[in-house]
Amino acid sequence: MTTRHVVVVGAGPAGLAAAEAALAAGARVTLIDSADRPGGQYHRMLPEAYGAARPERLQHGWWAFDRRRRRVLTHPRCAWWPETSVWALERPDPTEPGVPRVHVVRGPADGGRRSRLRLDPDALVLAVGAHDRVLPFPGWELPGVFTAGAAQALAKGERVVVGDRVVVAGTGPFLLPVAASLLQAGSRVLEVLEANTAGTLARGWARRPWQLAAYGGKAGELAEYTALLLRHRVPCRVGRAVVEARGDGRVEEVVTARLRADWSVVPGTERTAPVDAVCVSHGFSPQLELPVAAGCTLRSAPGGEFVAVDDDQRTSCPNVYAAGEITGIAGAPAARAEGALAGWLAAGGVPDALALRPLRRSRDQGRAFAERLAGAHPIGAAWPEWLRPETVVCRCEEADYASLCRAAGNAASRGARVAKLETRAGLGPCQGRICGPTVAELSARLTGRPAERPAEGIPAAGPHHRPIAQPIRLGELAAAPEPLPGNTESHPSM
Amino acid sequence: MYGTSAVVVGAGIVGCACARELALAGFEVTVVERGAAASATTAHGEGNVLVSDKGPGPELQLAQLSRRLWPQVLAAAAERSAHAARAVEWEPKGGIVVATTDAGARELTRFAAGQRTAGVHTEILDADALAAAEPYVTRDHAAAVHYPEDAQVQPAAAAAALLTDALAAGATLRTGCEVLGAVTCGERITAVRTSTGLLEADCFVNAAGPWSGELATRLGVPVDIRPRRGDVLVTTPVPPMVFHKVYDADYVGAVGSSAEDLQTSAVVESTRGGSVLIGSSRRRVGFDDRLRPAVLSAVAAKALRLFPALAGVPVMRAYGGFRPYVPDHLPVIGADPRLSGLWHVGGHEGAGIGLSVGSARLLRELMLGQPTEMDTTPFRVDRPAVLGGRPAPAREETA
Ligand SMILES: Cc1cc2nc3c(=O)[nH]c(=O)nc-3n(C[C@H](O)[C@H](O)[C@H](O)COP(=O)(O)OP(=O)(O)OC[C@H]3O[C@@H](n4cnc5c(N)ncnc54)[C@H](O)[C@@H]3O)c2cc1C
Ligand SMILES: Cc1cc2nc3c(=O)[nH]c(=O)nc-3n(C[C@H](O)[C@H](O)[C@H](O)COP(=O)(O)OP(=O)(O)OC[C@H]3O[C@@H](n4cnc5c(N)ncnc54)[C@H](O)[C@@H]3O)c2cc1C
Repeated sequence: MTTRHVVVVGAGPAGLAAAEAALAAGARVTLIDSADRPGGQYHRMLPEAYGAARPERLQHGWWAFDRRRRRVLTHPRCAWWPETSVWALERPDPTEPGVPRVHVVRGPADGGRRSRLRLDPDALVLAVGAHDRVLPFPGWELPGVFTAGAAQALAKGERVVVGDRVVVAGTGPFLLPVAASLLQAGSRVLEVLEANTAGTLARGWARRPWQLAAYGGKAGELAEYTALLLRHRVPCRVGRAVVEARGDGRVEEVVTARLRADWSVVPGTERTAPVDAVCVSHGFSPQLELPVAAGCTLRSAPGGEFVAVDDDQRTSCPNVYAAGEITGIAGAPAARAEGALAGWLAAGGVPDALALRPLRRSRDQGRAFAERLAGAHPIGAAWPEWLRPETVVCRCEEADYASLCRAAGNAASRGARVAKLETRAGLGPCQGRICGPTVAELSARLTGRPAERPAEGIPAAGPHHRPIAQPIRLGELAAAPEPLPGNTESHPSM
Repeated sequence: MYGTSAVVVGAGIVGCACARELALAGFEVTVVERGAAASATTAHGEGNVLVSDKGPGPELQLAQLSRRLWPQVLAAAAERSAHAARAVEWEPKGGIVVATTDAGARELTRFAAGQRTAGVHTEILDADALAAAEPYVTRDHAAAVHYPEDAQVQPAAAAAALLTDALAAGATLRTGCEVLGAVTCGERITAVRTSTGLLEADCFVNAAGPWSGELATRLGVPVDIRPRRGDVLVTTPVPPMVFHKVYDADYVGAVGSSAEDLQTSAVVESTRGGSVLIGSSRRRVGFDDRLRPAVLSAVAAKALRLFPALAGVPVMRAYGGFRPYVPDHLPVIGADPRLSGLWHVGGHEGAGIGLSVGSARLLRELMLGQPTEMDTTPFRVDRPAVLGGRPAPAREETA
């Protein structure tokens, strides 16, 4: 029997677990990440935040990660490709069986010319994670307004204090570790604002409490962050949000307001507060360009769109598996369980192996947790009321809300593609990663119709359609793919 | 033509231009589109309005007519919607064709001389003149010709502007409505069956782009219009490095290629947003929507031959569409000889944006029985290439 070759994209909790399980099942693994170290979002950022809350837990979590990392990266059947970006997935001919061909560029993103390579694996595990989602509001484009994730990365990775007087706002439990690490870095956190009302939170979290008990680890973590905030006397308010940021060339004050359950502003509750930084987060958007390029079916959930997977983490494409936050937002332990399942099965491991039982259980608990998280921290339908005509919606191209309204108001230009070209929203360097879901939502509301049916051969104009998943320089693209290095060279399918 | 009703099937740039001409001529126009307006081929190509890539003949004449009409059409449309017309980003920036080999230079010089006799403005650039016009272009070139008449539009906005003007002139638009078949009475089409019901009219225009062949088959009178895929690269915004449309002269000599396999030739231009747009490839792969890195790579390599300085610029997006083409590479404009009341306008291949306004003008004149601006017999429907005769030799062109 020839050894199966599994390519794992993403070396976060999900990808690392997938690689480990695929190796255990006997496969040859190529583990790819655009970062220079494994760990993904979680282990890149978390040690310090954990340390802030409880150092002994950090030790435990860090060591487990560190052991796994060593086991995987030093394994003779594992090729670890750091600083490697998958820039395209090339689907096979629909009439032929096969896995999408993986096209990568290798080398430091800011260095000289990177090399272009391609892989033809027997199975593919996509574990590319998610990034923060931020809704627009007047002034959100001002310097000093950060996504919570970026603020945390700065606070910890680079030891940069984002400000002395900071408000953290948005929705989701993620606000708490962000506030914790800001405190840790020496910022004064004025308040933490959760936009959802106490009623929404209670309904979301208190339903089926036994599920939460099974996910006790998460609840415990949150309790620790809460305790830390209490110690620093940081008020945490629910049903309140930052609805405007103001300042001359940089944020100087914020307007906060009380919200109803649908996130409409309760008139007369606006308050202004002087600040020098704001950190906002409205949940996470999964990075769906690679799954979409592979042809994977998506599913719509309350928190947005995710990759649809079955009980074995299989996507709708044969031999393409998905794990971690691209299938739902449930935190690192769930991502690990999904990754382990995906890796084992992608490698051809038997699906009813005993060892898979606890993994499946933990994955199912994670899914239930994700559902509750989405239920307790929804995005209220009335948030667009915060917008003004001149509010910037797409920061790259400075496209404003008025331009979206104008495009939607003209039957000739309301098609998603035409509106995009006219308003330029989503055409800039981030290619709609930030504003894409927001623009899609606003346009659907303004035109009162769902996204149009695509013509034959023309892909749907969804916010995740980015066939070039990572920028590639013209010179790199023009070069022919290089032969594969090391042991992978001898593999017959290359 | 007051009181005569016309249904235009397809709201691509060709359908939009036809709807505008017919509405202004007094027809009661309904535009029927299965998706959203201007979202198919028209939103997946480039916006070159070229005379430079056509040798003397009917297509060049149509290009010259269209080039004359564009500024007039946009000026008229601007009177009714200044915003829509501004969004078109009309830029008469001129084109420069660069030959990088001696053989290519000979071909280009010969080709340009022929075009001159047909009234195309051409200007041979020596090395200094080329360097002054395009400081970043390769020094390693054998000949260059400047075509001041070449221009550029943002194609989806151009289609939207034409449609906005049609609507202002009384046309109506039905999106999400697919034409499924014809209702005929004798040799005459009296209505179309659509996904949202029956639609009667006095005449019908097939402007379904690369799906024109399929639509015509549904209507019972097949025409041979096929898709030919092209892919385009978009870079991140960069400081101005490309000032005209610059393309290589490869295509000039590429007569008689099998056209089945991959053909590439670089057209490099910058957009108002600062991105450089690089087209494009030509492949006959049916409606295969897959992005092929090998194709993008070939396009990139061609572009770098012209602009080595772009090697470090990141590509952030790629997209592709399907040029509607007829085996003899000429558009189809005219009445269907088999089914009266049915007209076809399409098959413009890689030039449908530029040629849309001229084609629509000819359609209007033909439908009104007026003298036409140029001889339309080369575009007639009952020619062998359209009605499924033997395929004519293939020819390559840019864009
Ligand atoms: C700041 C922050 C704090 C968090 N705090 C907690 C917490 O307290 N508790 C908790 O349980 N969870 C927390 N989470 C969530 C946790 O990080 C995620 O659940 C977990 O990281 C998801 O794992 P993943 O493997 O799915 O994705 P990720 O960890 O995001 O890993 C995805 C990896 O894929 C790589 N990648 C993406 N695209 C490509 C490409 N095209 N080519 C190559 N590589 C690519 C990325 O570089 C990344 O390393 C936090 C998240 C963040 C951002
Ligand atoms: C990569 C590339 C680059 C190009 N570059 C240039 C260029 O630089 N300059 C230039 O002039 N041209 C260029 N072109 C060509 C140009 O894009 C096309 O010639 C032009 O867009 C065709 O327009 P159309 O209206 O005929 O077709 P489309 O825009 O495809 O419109 C046809 C419409 O008909 C609709 N339709 C189809 N069937 C039905 C039905 N049964 N019922 C209802 N509606 C239906 C479709 O949904 C579609 O919207 C390029 C093309 C490509 C692919």
